[in-house]
Amino acid sequence: MAEIVIKNLRKEFGAFTAVKSSSFTVEDGEFFMLLGPSGCGKTTTLRMIAGLELPTSGEIWIDGEEVAQKPASQRDIAFVFQMFALYPHLSVRKNISYPLVSQGMPKAQVAAKVAEVARILGIEHLLDKGVSGLSGGDRQRVALGRAIVRKPAAFMMDEPLGALDAEFREHMAEELRALHDRMKATTVYVTHDQLEAMQMGDKIVVMNHGVIEQFGRPQEIYDKPATMFVAEFIGSPPMNFMRFEGHVRPGNDHVRLGSVDLRVPVQHEDAGGQLVFGVRPEHVTLDDHASYRGRVIASEYLGTTQIITLDTPNGSLKARVPSGRVVNPGETTGLLFTPEKVTLFDEAHGRALKSALHDEGGARG
Amino acid sequence: MAEVVLSHLMKSFGPVAATQDVSMTVPDGAFVVLLGPSGAGKTTLLRLISGLDKPDAGSISIGGQDVARLTPAERNVAMVFQQYSLYPHLTVRQNLEFPLKSPVLRTPQAEIGSKVAKVAEVLRISHKLDNKATNLSGGEMQRVSIGRALVRNPSIYLMDEPLSSLDAKLRADLRIELKRIQSDLGATILYVTHDQIEAMTLATHVGVLDHGRLVQFGTPREIYESPLTLSVAQRLGQPRINALPADLFPGAPSGATTIALRPEHIRLGEGQEARVTRVERLGDQTRLHLRYQGHVLVTVADPHSRLETGDAIAIRPENPLYFDPQGARIARKG
Repeated sequence: MAEIVIKNLRKEFGAFTAVKSSSFTVEDGEFFMLLGPSGCGKTTTLRMIAGLELPTSGEIWIDGEEVAQKPASQRDIAFVFQMFALYPHLSVRKNISYPLVSQGMPKAQVAAKVAEVARILGIEHLLDKGVSGLSGGDRQRVALGRAIVRKPAAFMMDEPLGALDAEFREHMAEELRALHDRMKATTVYVTHDQLEAMQMGDKIVVMNHGVIEQFGRPQEIYDKPATMFVAEFIGSPPMNFMRFEGHVRPGNDHVRLGSVDLRVPVQHEDAGGQLVFGVRPEHVTLDDHASYRGRVIASEYLGTTQIITLDTPNGSLKARVPSGRVVNPGETTGLLFTPEKVTLFDEAHGRALKSALHDEGGARG
Repeated sequence: MAEVVLSHLMKSFGPVAATQDVSMTVPDGAFVVLLGPSGAGKTTLLRLISGLDKPDAGSISIGGQDVARLTPAERNVAMVFQQYSLYPHLTVRQNLEFPLKSPVLRTPQAEIGSKVAKVAEVLRISHKLDNKATNLSGGEMQRVSIGRALVRNPSIYLMDEPLSSLDAKLRADLRIELKRIQSDLGATILYVTHDQIEAMTLATHVGVLDHGRLVQFGTPREIYESPLTLSVAQRLGQPRINALPADLFPGAPSGATTIALRPEHIRLGEGQEARVTRVERLGDQTRLHLRYQGHVLVTVADPHSRLETGDAIAIRPENPLYFDPQGARIARKG
């Protein structure tokens, strides 16, 4: 198994730059997510690590060896695609054996390895069936089997669950993660689904327009988004942005929105102009006595909680509150924001302003 | 708008019973969402009401009138499909005007103009009226196709997964808009989806369909809090409700074989000992996967819970639901 180090990786397709100077490290045994909207460069990054695409510049280190300009065949990596690429005319056993047979491995050894993989994936009873008659989930298991049977240094997965329906996807995500926990193989996984990334990943890289916006543990990215893009891309509903004109200086712990002072974490930077007060829906509380007011537009029941959409002097806002509370569209209510969870952004650069939130342990506040 | 009453509807396609004895009332002004997996018979019901298919048995009345002998056009229903089907060579305005220009309706031009303007305003596409339909984003196209249904004054709107081809953010925005439009216009809507979030958030009433049968009909809150069957309980809620053998915890009523616990209905720190097998930090909550007496459970904890894989934690059911071997709910006494 292997550590993967990416340094200043860049990929241009003609005049278009797909990946701009990316650097990050995938530690040995990690389940690592490349997350972003379509066209952000995540798949290109994955393909460069696998050797399916050669970078324009930059370094890729796998297990201490620099492989950026080496072909895929010289890297010990297995690739699992979104569309399970199986040989339709072959049995499950032959599909899984294929990578070993083509390496020239002795028959007895192949049989033993295939049996082991089938046991890990729970598909022993399917070994002699043709793959064309299998369900979507079983086909995906066979595709995984073919990837893991070689025991490569690392796995590359390109939206392997993208083609499955929601309910089954959740189940396969759990299965895949449980498989990883047993095998501890370094895995780099591409997805555009933030929930999938949060659920499965040890670490996440969030990409946009070929640039890495943030890199870290799921909770860290959620609690301390580095940019407005990340704050909006992660979380459902996303972080609320309330825009205002103002100025903050190091040491400030208030901002003024209209005529109301709102507490924020102690600021460390000097910034002015168009600023953004960022607060997650679960950190908004409805309180009749609060002086910041909003008008209820809609309430959406979600079981234990409900999402309330409000109109405020600083734009539309969503709050997540317990579903027991009766909230009627049209009514006006006061709003409280959990001060230690607020992030201020500089709108012009879309960047979070450093504050006590970013101090050691700040997010736990 | 009008009340729609289905009574004892049956429809089979060869050996497959797509609709089995469905009786249901869509009240005037209600937003009814039919929820079920693919193949549950959702779309078949819409097609029966619209007149695109004929039932084998049973009756449908719209606004008090039996529509068995009426053609789809005469039933005065408006359909919105999953795939927006706009006329690509026409402008947004022309697309919206189209249903009103039908020779049967003979709507005066001035009235067409004012209706289109009003609907465009409701859908917030007034500034795009003179764009070509192809020169719109996906969300705008879907709004135009909803708008084409809205310019008419039908008895009921029938919507077949209209938001499913849109991305998550747009879907969330259009959900709110659709709900607002419905309450502003007092429209009666029958809406089909397999997305539980849409069902919970949009509906005044949810009908849960399973294998062609209407298993439960009620408000989203009733369906979530008092499911009549195990399959209904499993259809709503994210993460899914935990279904376990009833004797795993003390206190099961007689006849119960399954105890079902919503993830938020497991109290942590009291009761029997379970082991944490996986911790998922989702930001607003932490999901804990637990192993308890050989069974897997999922529960939710505080976002900054310090629990780690391998930790022991005591668990106790709160407000459990019990079901018999056939999956029917057993009400708890006392």
